[in-house]
Amino acid sequence: MKIEMKINGVKKYFEVSPDEYLVDTLRNNGYISVKRGCDTGMCGVCTVHMDGKAILSCVILSAMANGHEITTIEGVREEAKKVGEFLVSEGVEQCGYCSTGLIMNILYLEKCIENPTDEEILHYLNGNLCRCTGYSGQLRAIKKYLEVKNSESSE
Amino acid sequence: MKVVNKPFSKIDGKGLVEGKPVYTDDLAPKDALIVKVLRSPHAFAKIKKIDIKIAEKVPGVECILTYKDIDRVPFTRAGQCYPELSPYDKFILDEYVRHVGDEVAIVAAINEKAAIKAMKLIKVEYEILEPVLDLEKADGHLSLVHPEKEIFSMADIGFDRNRNIACQVKLELGDIEKTLKECDVIVKGTYSSQAQAQGMMETQRAFTYIDTYGRLIVVTSTQIPFHVRRILSTALKIPESKIRVIKPRIGGGFGAKQTANAEFYPALVTLKTGKAAKIIFSRKEVFIGTNSRHAMKFNVILGASKDGKIKAIDMIGLSDTGAYGEHSQTTIGAAAKKVLPLYNKVEACRYYGKALYTNHVTAGAFRGFGVTQGTFAIESAVNELAVELNMDPLEIRNINMIKKGETTKLLNMTTKDWGNRPMYMDSCMLEYCVSRGKELINWSEKYPRQKISSTKVRGVGMAIAQQGSGLPKIDMASATLKLNTDGFFSLLIGATDLGTGSDTILAQIAAETLGVDLDKIVVYSSDTDLTPFDSGAYASSTTYTTGNAVIEAAKNMVDLICEHGAKYFHVTKDDILFDGANITNKVTRKFISLGDFSKKITYNELFTQLVATGSFIPEKNVTPYMAGFAEVEVDLETGKVEVVEFVGVVDCGTPINPKLSKIQVEGGIVTGIGLALYEEVKYDSRGRLMTDTFMEYKLPTRKDIGKITVELAEGYEKTGPYGAKSIGEVVVNTVAPAITDAIYNATGVRVRDLPATSEKVFLKLMENTFK
Repeated sequence: MKIEMKINGVKKYFEVSPDEYLVDTLRNNGYISVKRGCDTGMCGVCTVHMDGKAILSCVILSAMANGHEITTIEGVREEAKKVGEFLVSEGVEQCGYCSTGLIMNILYLEKCIENPTDEEILHYLNGNLCRCTGYSGQLRAIKKYLEVKNSESSE
Repeated sequence: MKVVNKPFSKIDGKGLVEGKPVYTDDLAPKDALIVKVLRSPHAFAKIKKIDIKIAEKVPGVECILTYKDIDRVPFTRAGQCYPELSPYDKFILDEYVRHVGDEVAIVAAINEKAAIKAMKLIKVEYEILEPVLDLEKADGHLSLVHPEKEIFSMADIGFDRNRNIACQVKLELGDIEKTLKECDVIVKGTYSSQAQAQGMMETQRAFTYIDTYGRLIVVTSTQIPFHVRRILSTALKIPESKIRVIKPRIGGGFGAKQTANAEFYPALVTLKTGKAAKIIFSRKEVFIGTNSRHAMKFNVILGASKDGKIKAIDMIGLSDTGAYGEHSQTTIGAAAKKVLPLYNKVEACRYYGKALYTNHVTAGAFRGFGVTQGTFAIESAVNELAVELNMDPLEIRNINMIKKGETTKLLNMTTKDWGNRPMYMDSCMLEYCVSRGKELINWSEKYPRQKISSTKVRGVGMAIAQQGSGLPKIDMASATLKLNTDGFFSLLIGATDLGTGSDTILAQIAAETLGVDLDKIVVYSSDTDLTPFDSGAYASSTTYTTGNAVIEAAKNMVDLICEHGAKYFHVTKDDILFDGANITNKVTRKFISLGDFSKKITYNELFTQLVATGSFIPEKNVTPYMAGFAEVEVDLETGKVEVVEFVGVVDCGTPINPKLSKIQVEGGIVTGIGLALYEEVKYDSRGRLMTDTFMEYKLPTRKDIGKITVELAEGYEKTGPYGAKSIGEVVVNTVAPAITDAIYNATGVRVRDLPATSEKVFLKLMENTFK
């Protein structure tokens, strides 16, 4: 079937099968920052934005994304880079495989809540699994990132 | 120190977080055939008939392989040095299937859809056999998991196919029976831990193609590129010279990728069709078709005097290796060899461990590698002994644990080629780790329990642990440095960075030894054609073993630079000084910068390429140590256990990169929390693994872990690179025994079989109430 999506601001047309998942359509068409981790919507690795909201692309059929706006890391390079710098500087990108999904969810979190508490950060990102870092350093990095970002925007 | 012991960020970090195409699947050719593996629905069966006629007709299918198409060559998938200590008990495909998920057929098609359709159309008739599903009954079971006679063991590991025994390990020091009789107090316990899943976010995957020279190129997410080359050569019966293994970035491994799993299938397809082929394991395939931690069960007897001196340890271990014996000997061995030396003052100890075949999913390597399981048993028993003696667990450690400069004969008995001279643990900081951890958790105030409310109570518990740093006289590493024009160096290493940052710390070590800045080192890892041999990223070896090899290579490079500097200035080598920036003629004070020198010797004079290699094999058993302290809160109404705080103080010698070391500890502790509380492994009555997705199998999330507090003890290991020891694995080991002891101190409930789920704790609370 034919579908149409706006990916990172550019209108794209794809021929997909009805049972194809968004993660595969994206990866097959060059958006390879999107990774697949678990196939069951449990690990958060495949997180992208659909109409500005964080979703798991391994459980969304491409057909369901027809007519919607999709954003991947490739579409928010500068914003993602900033978050990424904080993760790297804390040493919590580690293998990096879950980083892109995590960053997409962090970008969504900061859109939803201006000054999130630790609990809110943990709650929003709870679906992003990571086996390398033990999460604690990621919380440190995210807090530092939000702090710097907030102080920059209030300047 | 200019570059080491500094918290540099990972040199590949930026590329990773920006989603650059660096992992195996990102690099696969678009036209690669998609490979799928048909897996057994039965725990134990013999294939009576397999019919691929209809499946082959599916449009787009290029090749279907069954056991009939493959030479029956026994081999092991375990990534270890040669000769391997794992039995040669695996065939790429076989007429027997030995666990639900075992491989039945290989399908390759132009797309995934066609491959899956064909897979479903393969008709298999099975003769279902009685599976071995109870570890305790495996030895002596009427069913033999391996009835075939061709399988064998390269080394004498006590392999006995006729009793379902993959291997046996024995260790004895002193007269255990006599010593136990002399003890005032005896504590006995049985402790078991589950087949924890490694849970790396990137599943196993590989792609293959034939290059211009007719060689098989294997690009794979592996911890062991050189072992993969050797294993493929054995299994596919082609010479190693015809195989090149390339490792791109790896999305986590934790030991899962210390076994070759994915590589065989695309390789066979490529050899058969001449076309590129790719396999990506689904998450479910990882659970049912690869490997996990060995589930182990230990019977421990501790004997002590009234005043708390541990005099005897008697330990019997059973390990469930599943259908194949990968890493079975080394894990059940490590469970004692890297745990018992903690208590070096014993008069006698005895260990007998055996790994048994069952029709469960195969076990393999997982961070901690048997030591985690053995530590849970011994540390739980020591904590029980403390209760029996009415003694603080810290006091019993202080009396009995190994301290700086001490030794034990066990170290001689378990270190290859060391001989009889005493092996002193000069860099041991365990005593500091325990006392510092005590302060950080505020033990004096919190031990043993604090009542929070009528239904909630908190308790603290602790444990100690060690590991190794590489395998003495077994696993070697090497590194090559190449001086490039403009004065920068290529560091070529076979070691595989799993995300830990080993590329970064090895570059730090090279920069320090050469006297240059970190950005003068570019790292390339790993490619069996281009990088020198390294046994791989396992056994906590990279910092220590590869790190020392890098120092050796860098010293050789400095020597080469001086030698060629002498030729350049027409003086002797002794007259040359190289300080990282300049090459100076000490006599005339004339100098040339390294950048100019490298250009000159390439383009204008001498006309030579400077390349230096260094190799290293550990000789000593170099052990990192850790003390772990848990504070938990137990809900008495539900049995729910929450970790309030976990404190880890770790002796890894002098850390090459304190920031990355700290993350190793935090990550390891959380893996330990998963082992202790959440990661339950369940089989159904027919031997199917039920916990085969992340929905059923619960990795800890960021809300499940409480506060993690980490400190590194400032130590110095004189045989280590700039004082460093390993850190990657030791950090998992203390968590489960510390948490279960904290649960005991809070509630009086002792969990001896992991994980300590709410259900288990609740039922035991009920038992205690109605006692």
